[in-house]
Amino acid sequence: MHIVVCIKQVPDSAQIRVHPVTNTIMRQGVPTIINPYDLFSLEEAMRWRDKLGGEVTVLSMGPPSAADSLRKALTYGADRAVLLTDRFFAGSDTLATSYALSAALAKIGETFGAPDIVFTGKQTIDGDTAQVGPGIAKRLDLKQLTYVSRIVDVDLTSRSIVAERRAEGGVQVLMTQLPALVTMLEGTNEIRRGSLDDALRAARADVVVWSAADAGISDLQKCGLRGSPTVVKRVFAPPPRSEKAELVETHGRTPAENAEALIDMIFARAPGVEADLVKSVSGF
Amino acid sequence: MIERFDAIVIGAGMAGNAAAFTLASRGLSVLQLERGEYPGAKNVQGAILYANMLEKIIPDFREDAPLERHVVEQRFWFMTERAHTGMQYRSEEFNEERPNRYTIIRSQFDRWFSKKAQEKGAILLTETTALELVQDAYGKVIGVRTDRAGGTIMADVVVLAEGVNGLLGTRAGLRKTPKADQVALAVKEMHFLAPEIIEQRFNIQGDEGVVIEAAGAVSEGMAGMGFLYTNKESVSIGIGCIVSDFAETGTSPYQLLEKFKKHPSIRPLLEGSEVKEYAAHLIPEGGFKAVPKLFGNGWVVVGDAAQLNNAVHREGSNLAMTSGRLAAEAIFQIKSRREPMTADNLSLYEKMINDSFVMKDLKKYKDMPALLHTQSQNLFLTYPQLVSTAMENFLRVDGTPKVDKEKATVSALKAKRGWTGLVGDAVRVARAWR
Repeated sequence: MHIVVCIKQVPDSAQIRVHPVTNTIMRQGVPTIINPYDLFSLEEAMRWRDKLGGEVTVLSMGPPSAADSLRKALTYGADRAVLLTDRFFAGSDTLATSYALSAALAKIGETFGAPDIVFTGKQTIDGDTAQVGPGIAKRLDLKQLTYVSRIVDVDLTSRSIVAERRAEGGVQVLMTQLPALVTMLEGTNEIRRGSLDDALRAARADVVVWSAADAGISDLQKCGLRGSPTVVKRVFAPPPRSEKAELVETHGRTPAENAEALIDMIFARAPGVEADLVKSVSGF
Repeated sequence: MIERFDAIVIGAGMAGNAAAFTLASRGLSVLQLERGEYPGAKNVQGAILYANMLEKIIPDFREDAPLERHVVEQRFWFMTERAHTGMQYRSEEFNEERPNRYTIIRSQFDRWFSKKAQEKGAILLTETTALELVQDAYGKVIGVRTDRAGGTIMADVVVLAEGVNGLLGTRAGLRKTPKADQVALAVKEMHFLAPEIIEQRFNIQGDEGVVIEAAGAVSEGMAGMGFLYTNKESVSIGIGCIVSDFAETGTSPYQLLEKFKKHPSIRPLLEGSEVKEYAAHLIPEGGFKAVPKLFGNGWVVVGDAAQLNNAVHREGSNLAMTSGRLAAEAIFQIKSRREPMTADNLSLYEKMINDSFVMKDLKKYKDMPALLHTQSQNLFLTYPQLVSTAMENFLRVDGTPKVDKEKATVSALKAKRGWTGLVGDAVRVARAWR
């Protein structure tokens, strides 16, 4: 079985800062991570590979530095990494991204074997659109299973997949044909810690790097800024919160006194909490 | 399959990267283990980089290393609660083509340094903690066990560049855990400031930088120092004191830093800044007398783990880099002679480091840590106060005859320390300095 997982290198949103003067996002020095939603898909892919045999390829489109994220995916235990990178891709929105990734997926199929399942994350933490996965499914005519909370079964003989999908008001149990595109919900599993062998293999592995031409993309009008109808009109930071943090002076006090002071502060701010607490303790 | 390397380097800080780079560029197979998410993720330093020691490893480092500012001005401040008496040195000579020292940010710098080692062929595993040294029946270190599934990695020699705590070496009984009076605990913050504001505030332009070292009342009588370094678009401010002093006084490091930041001489320099990060780290300050055994059967220890830090000159990373490089060169020489990595052979590393500035400098100041510790009240509180009072007497014009003012200054000195005390202090400092 061949599974391809599409991952994206994103700025660690917990560490993004807003320039205090210009109010723009400071990208410089912000650490990058694998989009956290993608890790649930990667782990699910590796579990099915471990169960049924085969290979997991990770694919990413991005700047050359995105190779770091791909290498990290190899450390977790993926078998192969492909980086799609070209200046023509700069400024891609979801339409242009799904176009380029679809071309790369077709090329991966020709080169390393047709994928049975393509995974993407549910969405990214920087764009938050949740459009690229469905876009790929549409372009490559894959059956689409989004917001999957559990893959119940993959049957390679009958080429079918059964999955539970979270929907409004309940859970859908769906069965469809392979090849399929799956996006996993967060919290469905936890990314594993790769073994020493995985880590050593990842450190020595070469990430396959493809340009637009390598991936067989001839229509550059559909790539990057030119292929992106989305226009970013303005980027702005929300106004800073007017509330200031209060400081509890702890020096020279016992832990009990500190706790008292802290609780007094919380109760003063939110009288409801005190009332609720009294109620629950006294059993009313 | 059990993997085997010529050398395993534990840690990707200054010492580890210097060792890995040197070993790999001599053609040895090197595995480097780093517990952090990336090299530098766990590393904390002020930080000043001294160019000379890095040039000996990577001569053209200036081409692509992430350097912040080159230092053109150094200020030494003796602090009282409300004043500082300063001495500063600024020279156009420091605006040279190949500047002598730079401010750096370790999380960026260590990544770059480690990449350089990888380009030479070193294999780096991050988020991988070495748990235990593996020894054979004769006690020779033959490999390392990590926290990843899959057992042991073997090597001819293990270079312990594991930092000040050095759990691996202490667990294996190669050296003792540093004592509380041999390590300082330093805390620091990075404050974001626009480059134009930094240039204006510190009277610098372009990539010029300023360093402030502050001693005195800021450490509340403990042996310690504060610092403020200018980066490209931030300033690093921190303070550190000997751990046993913190324990005795019950003062917490962050309180000290808060107070330092509010000092009337410091506060205007930070005005309007935004805190980017907060970090704390231990610094080996035991000096020459605290340096443990540096080599053994199948292992060498370098950098902070070996307590190689010159507290008087605030130099650590260059001793770390030099020890890493020398250890690697010793290993390479032994390897080229096709000899085993026995303690006898590895003693070459100790010989090399004894002949270098590292041990010569540490030896010069061997009595300084003890002096600073026992005399901390005098050196950090009494004298700065006396100097400050003398300066104020000298400068304030209020109709008091100058003769009376000078008398007041002299009698203050005498009252505080007495003549014998003054002479004794001078002799003690001179001796430790010699």
